[in-house]
Amino acid sequence: MGYEPGGGHVTSIITALAFVVLAPLVGGLVAGVDRKITARMQGRVGPPILQPFYDVAKLFEKEDVTVTPSQNLYIVAYLVFMIVSGAYFFAGGDFLLVIFAFTLAHVFIVLGAYAAYSPYSHIGAERELITLMAYEPMVIFTAVGLYMVTGSFYISDIATSTVPAILYLPGVFVGFLVILTIKLRKSPFDISTSHHAHQELVKGLTTEFAGPVLGKIEIAHWYETVVLLGMIYLFFGFNPVLAIVVIALAYLLEIFIDNTFSRMKWQWTMKSGWGVAATLGFLNLVIVYYLYMGV
Amino acid sequence: MAYLKKSPWLLHYDASSCNGCDIELLACLTPLYDVERFGIINTGNPKHADVFVITGGINELNREVVKNTYEQIPDPKVVVAVGICACSGGVFRECYNMAGGVDQVIPVDVYVPGCAARPESIIDGIVKALGILEEKREEMKEKEKKHGN
Amino acid sequence: MNELIFLILFPCIIAFILLLLPNNRIRDAIVALSGLVISIGSIYLFATSFTGGSVYFPFPFEPTAQVMFVIEMAIALLLLYLGVKFKQYIAVLLVLVQTAVMLYFEMTMAHGLEPMRNLFIDEFSIIMALIIGIIGSLIALYATSYMNTYHEHHPEVRDRRRMFFFVIFVFLSAMFGLVFSNNLLWVFFFWEITTLSSFLLIGYSESEVATNNAFLALKLNLLGGIAFAASFLYLASVDPSGGLLELDTLIASGQSIAIVPAVLICFAGLTKAAQMPFSAWLVGAMVAPTPVSALLHSSTMVKAGVYIIVRFAPVLLGTLAGIAFGLVGAVTFLVASAIAISQTNAKKVLAYSTIANLGLIVACASVGTPELVWAAIMLIIFHAVAKSLLFLCVGTVEHRTGSRDIEDMDGLIVRFPKIAVMMATGIAGMFLAPFGMLISKWAAIEGFIDAPFGIVFVTILAFGSAVTVFFWAKWMGKILSVTPYGENLEGSVSRAKWVVLSSLTVLTVLAALLFPLVSSVLIEPYVLGIYGETARLAQDNIIIMLLMILLLLILPLSLYTSSKESRKLPVYMGGRPTTPDLKFAGSLGIQREMTTRNYYFEEYFGEKKLLHYSNPLCVLLILVAAALVAWGMSQGVVM
Ligand code: SF4
Repeated sequence: MGYEPGGGHVTSIITALAFVVLAPLVGGLVAGVDRKITARMQGRVGPPILQPFYDVAKLFEKEDVTVTPSQNLYIVAYLVFMIVSGAYFFAGGDFLLVIFAFTLAHVFIVLGAYAAYSPYSHIGAERELITLMAYEPMVIFTAVGLYMVTGSFYISDIATSTVPAILYLPGVFVGFLVILTIKLRKSPFDISTSHHAHQELVKGLTTEFAGPVLGKIEIAHWYETVVLLGMIYLFFGFNPVLAIVVIALAYLLEIFIDNTFSRMKWQWTMKSGWGVAATLGFLNLVIVYYLYMGV
Repeated sequence: MAYLKKSPWLLHYDASSCNGCDIELLACLTPLYDVERFGIINTGNPKHADVFVITGGINELNREVVKNTYEQIPDPKVVVAVGICACSGGVFRECYNMAGGVDQVIPVDVYVPGCAARPESIIDGIVKALGILEEKREEMKEKEKKHGN
Repeated sequence: MNELIFLILFPCIIAFILLLLPNNRIRDAIVALSGLVISIGSIYLFATSFTGGSVYFPFPFEPTAQVMFVIEMAIALLLLYLGVKFKQYIAVLLVLVQTAVMLYFEMTMAHGLEPMRNLFIDEFSIIMALIIGIIGSLIALYATSYMNTYHEHHPEVRDRRRMFFFVIFVFLSAMFGLVFSNNLLWVFFFWEITTLSSFLLIGYSESEVATNNAFLALKLNLLGGIAFAASFLYLASVDPSGGLLELDTLIASGQSIAIVPAVLICFAGLTKAAQMPFSAWLVGAMVAPTPVSALLHSSTMVKAGVYIIVRFAPVLLGTLAGIAFGLVGAVTFLVASAIAISQTNAKKVLAYSTIANLGLIVACASVGTPELVWAAIMLIIFHAVAKSLLFLCVGTVEHRTGSRDIEDMDGLIVRFPKIAVMMATGIAGMFLAPFGMLISKWAAIEGFIDAPFGIVFVTILAFGSAVTVFFWAKWMGKILSVTPYGENLEGSVSRAKWVVLSSLTVLTVLAALLFPLVSSVLIEPYVLGIYGETARLAQDNIIIMLLMILLLLILPLSLYTSSKESRKLPVYMGGRPTTPDLKFAGSLGIQREMTTRNYYFEEYFGEKKLLHYSNPLCVLLILVAAALVAWGMSQGVVM
């Protein structure tokens, strides 16, 4: 508070715009690579890398059907706020505000699912809220930990800080990886919507969305993925090359986890999210807090 | 552009199959056949689906279900009847509760015969269906244009 | 000074007029008019004096103090009578103790006292006055219409509406008095009146539950009252001339003198602000008619509790006692939010969310750094607006549908579109990003990091805010789900209610839009005046948040812009043939109905279960605070 961010406004605006334009491309590619590697891990050839783009393009070719028109409104809001919060992240804005804006975006997709008044999307919505509740503390811890190490809540300052944040925050980083699994909707935490057919959820959260609206949800996911990977970068801001390598490795790890676990009960998600926050995250923060307060 | 062809999402419904055809259909997803190579995904949700794959014949209990599910698939959509049961009722045709093949209830675009239909022929049928899907999309577009004018 | 006296006395006079009037339109008109006058009065006060900083007025101590003393004794007698009548002997005992303390003080110490500057006004008082004046009057106006329906629905309740409106206006008057008094004796006088008023209002329906809950509120608040009264003994013994009874002198006198009375008075604040372990009274208070709940939760009563703690924040700053009180608030915040998850009764959810938010305010104020005081005052403002809106929405829905259960609010957007949107706005105001409560929470996180023991508070806040998102969002989803059945029932809601509800909705949005202004005009000068430094949000963040609000306001328009209608499909029910009201043939042909139910997690977040741990913990924390101060006093250090 009362502190102005480093870096000029012009660069901020440029990076934000770059995010708005490039993030869907990057996010889509990441999703494509994800599917390819997943297939390879299962001994399959897998779809082309560009498959996610084909999927979304197709969705926009489909007929627009809804249960209630207000659903579409919520999804537009979801996409818009996903972009706004991501853009603010890449503009170097306040980490906490970015987190809260993300929550807002997520609440919109949840409301969209509730709006349909459908049994499957209702249960998906409820479970999405559970995941939201499960990962939120750890995300806030991440922001707080980075603040204590780098002295700023501004992404621009954290990303350009020369402090090797990861050395101070190993616990927080591991905790972040756990909630990354939740946020990327990977097994064992894909409780709100499932990637696979023949499940009791049908498609959970997204059951009642079709065609272009579903396409928007996909695009919002891509934006989200990019921001999440950007958060990993913050731990390694002192060495961009290392950061990129770690991001790649972390994502690979997520794919591996996804393929080795089956979907667990929601209790497991809660316990994992809160568990890592309360143990690894908290202990790490207490230690850093001591260093930081100079006691 | 025809992205539909590149990303057909399936909905599989087991009307009253003996499970033989179901197993063969699922075999298509296994590493040996890996239909995801063609962007094919088994969605399990009519609202996300493009291709409606039905195994087994229609009976009096699932008649409405098949109809409802079909209606909930957004246009353009195609229906593939897999197995001789789905095509005509097959060996169960004469049973007291059978209505017959899938086309008794909804329009079928591709028939894949066989008991059970082999994965190769199922894939073949779906690829054929994609051509029809594309035609339907163009029809839909033209209709929209006419409405626009 | 005349404005202050007007704001204190005018509601009081109106109260007596209302006491004489029968149930008719004239009374409704008088309530509406005087509400208007009071709100204009508070806005006038703001407009004329917000630039003035703190101004103290030498209002003569005597004979006002004598009148107050007489009234206090009369109140004590009334309470004694009621206590004996309803066999509430603990309440009787507490009244006796408190009266004894006050009598002793009056007999032995009060003679030399001549506090001079008895009335005052500063930016914080103005904020409180605006909240009391505007929101309080709106609630009173709403009550006119509500109480008519209430008595139609509850023929068994004795019609005591004269008394009801009398007490409501006395309540407002007392709140004005409380925030304008610089003399602690006077603060205490008004403090006791608010306790009495809430006691009378909670017990309005005279049912057994109502009476018991009213006495519960009385007992817990009397505990605080006794502590408050005890502080006078200390103050008068330290300075027999009574100078320390002036609030500003006391706070300026330094921690070594002020810490003891500060802890005593803040303890009273904890009871009034329904912190654990005293939270039960506020939950019980929901038996009262809804406008009473709205009043207690938003602009009066509990806000008096946090008001006084915020006032004493500079004294608590840096003390271990302050940290202990802060932890009471933080634990209350976390546990009350968690309990809110398990409640299906909308009023109970609101009650626990109030307790939680007050907890956050108490935590901020007790730790007491400038940033945190800034956050605390922000919280007070936003909470008052959004919470009153929510209570009144729930009250309206309850009257139309006969239920205040969240599970019965499916498709509220279909049955009561406007009210559902208002309710959703209120809920959004309680936890979503560009709205006020979240701004304050965020400022609180940033503020706590730099405070001693901050990491504990930040941790509690992180978990608490996650829980908050859950219980609000699931409620919001419930009311916004579009059921395929149900018809619009909104026509039957009266005009007065519409006026109040829409004003409060507009206020909720305006508060979010104008908060930078409120901050720079009122809160920052106040914090600057007290600490010599101030806090604010960075410019960039404010711009982004305003952008987000504008987006939120624009987005609904997109509903009207989409050119072609999308085809409507029924929901996916596994392909089963379903009737329009979602009935379907289950197995064996039995007809079943699709219903949805939210998660409540009784087994994890049950009320009894959590209170079982949190109440003893908070008692312990309060005892620690007391022990620290006592030990510090004996050693001559401030703990
Ligand atoms: S076609 Fe043959 S294998 Fe397929 S469902 Fe019918 S009987 Fe079974």
